[in-house]
Amino acid sequence: MENLHVATRKGLFRFTRNGKGWEQAGAPAFLAEPVTAVLDDPRDGTIYIGIQHGHFGCKFHRSTDRGATWQELPTPAYAKSDAPDAPSLEMIWTIAPGGADQPGTIWAGTIPGGLFRSDDRGENWVLNEALWNQPSRPEWFGGGYDHAGIHSIIVDPRDSARMLLGISCAGSWLTTDGGESWQVVGNGMMAEYLPPEKAADPVGQDPHLLHASAAHPDRVWCQHHCGIYVSSDFGGTFTEVKDVKPSNFGFAVVAHPTLPDTAWFAPAVKDECRVPVDGRLVVTRTDDGGKTFRTLSEGLPKGTSYDLIYRHAFVGDGTGRQLAMGSTTGNLWVSDDEGEKWAQLSANLPPIAALAFA
Amino acid sequence: MATIRFTANLAKHRETRAIDAAGDTVRGVVEAGLADDPLLRGYVLDDQDRLRKHVNIFIDGAMIADRLRLSDPVAPDADIYVMQALSGG
Repeated sequence: MENLHVATRKGLFRFTRNGKGWEQAGAPAFLAEPVTAVLDDPRDGTIYIGIQHGHFGCKFHRSTDRGATWQELPTPAYAKSDAPDAPSLEMIWTIAPGGADQPGTIWAGTIPGGLFRSDDRGENWVLNEALWNQPSRPEWFGGGYDHAGIHSIIVDPRDSARMLLGISCAGSWLTTDGGESWQVVGNGMMAEYLPPEKAADPVGQDPHLLHASAAHPDRVWCQHHCGIYVSSDFGGTFTEVKDVKPSNFGFAVVAHPTLPDTAWFAPAVKDECRVPVDGRLVVTRTDDGGKTFRTLSEGLPKGTSYDLIYRHAFVGDGTGRQLAMGSTTGNLWVSDDEGEKWAQLSANLPPIAALAFA
Repeated sequence: MATIRFTANLAKHRETRAIDAAGDTVRGVVEAGLADDPLLRGYVLDDQDRLRKHVNIFIDGAMIADRLRLSDPVAPDADIYVMQALSGG
């Protein structure tokens, strides 16, 4: 991949790779604006971003000329209601492409918990009512934000009507009919922050991120609030991966696109201490489905680090060779050898929310 | 007609020339004045048509009281200022 989009607290940056390596490509777009999500649609090259203005609400922009110009489009909007706490869009947390057989269809996962679909490249949005009206919705709660949010949208490459969502905090949800109906899945996860009798409730889970292996989509990796999980049935059930050093806490996970037993993680101490273990930023990698992990740190800070890698800020390319990782401290690294060695692209970016290779 | 004026901080996102609009309440004036630019409207009002949490509206120098229904009365020649709150920054 030759392009890397970097969505930050203060704008959308782009890095490109040329004969000399990676370089920042021009001035950032949307300077000083918080960019919360970015999609470079592999089907047609359209770039979409979500912005969260501190004052003026969430916005949605599209570029059809590779970022040279941008067009503001309507945001996903919640239905009007007379309820005193009626919902309003709080964040576009992720933007995902529909299937290869659904040109122009994109999905938006949002806070406060709504899934939106557009069939015209973001011109119009429709709230998925079947998910929004789930009887369990009153039990959904925020994980790090005031309200629940959808951060993971996995469209099964074998069947675009089959989708898996990760919601903080409402667990993992599956549709097999394109969103006409939903069922909570993700059995096997345990929420230590709930009372013991509720800890195994699939709806109470906080999967920080779900990521499926592109070539083996039944293999889904999960960095959960309380540990690392792996699924072999597209998220139906998960098995906890235990004894992970230096920590099983974090936000990000990258599933290898072709090797289902390989995944990378970016560990931190724990939920109440979101910094690297012993101040040493590392990446962990398993190649055997979670039985063992290696710790990778070449090229990452040698001194004490306080970097946290947020859920959408650790990504891989389509081959598994290239990885990119950005931190809330504004550091950005890439690896061209599957995470063995890392090169720092910048130490001076704003806090990084999301990355996207293109 | 009342006149709606916008904080300069909005100008980098949308065209924000002063708008003349008629209405007896803030709701009436704002809806009439922003009807031609639904995207600009979205910078001022949320999905439920409430005033955004970190946006303020002043009528002739007085902050409005009803941020939910925008029912504050508006004199025919009032100046309405849409301002960015210091909160939320």
